[in-house]
Amino acid sequence: MFYREAGDFKTSYVDDQQTFPIRFDRWGVRVLLLVAFLVVPFLINDYWEKSILIPFLVWSLAALGLNILTGYCGLVSLGTGGFMAVGAYASYKIMTAFPEVNIFFVILLSGGVTALVGILFGLPSLRIKGFYLAVATLAAQFFLIWLFNKAPWFYNYSASGQITVPERSVFGIVVTGPEAASWATYLFCLVFVVLFAFVARNLTRGRLGRSWMAIRDMDIAAEIIGVPPLQAKLSAFAVSSFYIGLAGALFFSVYLGAIEPTEAFNIDKSFLVLFMIIIGGLGSIFGSFVGAAFMVLLPVLFKNIMVGGFGWPTDMVQHFIFVLVGGLIMFFLIVEPHGLAQLWRVTKEKLRLWPFPH
Amino acid sequence: MENRVTEEPTPEAAVTERAERSANADVLLDLRNISLSFGGVKALSNISFDILTGEIRAIIGPNGAGKSSMLNVINGFYHPQEGEIWFDGKLRGPMKPYQIARQGIARTFQNIALFRGMSTLDNLMTGRITHMHAGIFWQALWKGRAEREELAHRERVERIIDFLEIQSIRKTPVGRLPYGLQKRVELGRALAADSKLLLLDEPMAGMNIEEKEDMCRFILDVHDQFGTTIALIEHDMSVVMDIADRVVVLDYGKKIGDGYPDEIRSNQDVIDAYLGVAHD
Repeated sequence: MFYREAGDFKTSYVDDQQTFPIRFDRWGVRVLLLVAFLVVPFLINDYWEKSILIPFLVWSLAALGLNILTGYCGLVSLGTGGFMAVGAYASYKIMTAFPEVNIFFVILLSGGVTALVGILFGLPSLRIKGFYLAVATLAAQFFLIWLFNKAPWFYNYSASGQITVPERSVFGIVVTGPEAASWATYLFCLVFVVLFAFVARNLTRGRLGRSWMAIRDMDIAAEIIGVPPLQAKLSAFAVSSFYIGLAGALFFSVYLGAIEPTEAFNIDKSFLVLFMIIIGGLGSIFGSFVGAAFMVLLPVLFKNIMVGGFGWPTDMVQHFIFVLVGGLIMFFLIVEPHGLAQLWRVTKEKLRLWPFPH
Repeated sequence: MENRVTEEPTPEAAVTERAERSANADVLLDLRNISLSFGGVKALSNISFDILTGEIRAIIGPNGAGKSSMLNVINGFYHPQEGEIWFDGKLRGPMKPYQIARQGIARTFQNIALFRGMSTLDNLMTGRITHMHAGIFWQALWKGRAEREELAHRERVERIIDFLEIQSIRKTPVGRLPYGLQKRVELGRALAADSKLLLLDEPMAGMNIEEKEDMCRFILDVHDQFGTTIALIEHDMSVVMDIADRVVVLDYGKKIGDGYPDEIRSNQDVIDAYLGVAHD
């Protein structure tokens, strides 16, 4: 009843094309951001940080990146894990080679490096599409992981082949390494996610986003009305890889602290992110977050209910969760093939008309 | 649009007026000896014709005559093996379709080629993409250059939305629209490009009589209000004879007629091509 735009008139195009056109949404987002920035840091503990919030934020960022490529530009990629590894290794190399650079810029630079690698592996997309492109990006996944295992330069010739994050701080507050406080790492990730969620929104609503969507919906017509396909596809690869690189860098430096590439960034990660955006909603920023929440938070929730609530053995619960999450994925995809974001959109339309059916 | 209902001058006066206009006009597009073949199939052989600035030029012909191939050559989707294309006084070198779009050629398609996942507004805004230049950093920032550019183009697009009377479907995803409206949105997308030459590939295919009348009115209004040069392919002879200034007729990839509608109507080759000739 309160959720409608009646009486909320738009008298300028600026108002009309704002990100959250409905007043209720605007306030909802403001409150959410206030809580995320001002309340959560005071309540957060190690468990919430390590198992819930940081994974959610990092995977949201990765999902956002893949959604730009797959959801907006229609190019399927299975190289997400490999690109995250590039982000992680880039951040490690930059941190160890230039210790004086602030970690904030290290993460951004790692994104930049990943963007360049993404453009390189995006070149085949000019010739092939669909499943064939997915297979071509699979090459990126395997090649990059192989490279990080085989070339000792990447892990600074350490004996174990692992990379371990050095301690770094922002404004004197430690954000990486074992000494970092939960609230600090959380806020550090949150800043990136919020900032780049808005950047993603801005990119997708303007010229660039339209040229991506035009390529996705009808590439020949797009070229004929003046969208350069080379530029559109490679910029989608660049921006997408940038986001995935950020996610990989944060995953390594803030979340895991020490990694070994075959383990941390295997093909499962590529599929995980792809499932996130399919379930959340292709071509939707909100969907990226919902999808990440679905895939990251649901297992944790089930585990807590079953192990904590019912007292079932952990290993059985572990397997049962696979079944349950798999079943839910199927359920939601049957109910709404366009993902949870579309489900939410439909709900909103219903809410606006409530209590009338039409 | 208040001048939607324009009073029609007498047919004779209209014909002489059009004839005068084309006599004074410059050549916008000049096709010289175009030949196009796919393997052994000759789609177009040695075709030459021109399109004058400000005219409505119709390309007609039976099925498989090469009309759509002709349009595809004009906007650079096909590259003819032989022949020269002069656009706006310049000889066209080897170019990609998007570069040709930037030079000022827009088109609609025979089978609707809208971006189905996007709203009407976004489709039209995509039509203006050749005029938008804000770089990626400005777009990421949004406030400032990107927003100003977006607003300026939004205003232009809104004028086209008013013109085509599609205000109510502004935010509807085009995949949900009925066929006739989709055709109209596609015309809008081509108009949004503000091109020098507008190519319409069967704008009235599959429409009922009312929708056809609407579409004719839009085409004539576009021509009058924006002064756009139009080349169109159409099957409905009565429509072509009514709205076209000059007509070129293709059959089996060859040009068999070129001239004013009256000349075409009485051209024996054209009549044969359409009605068939008895072979002894």
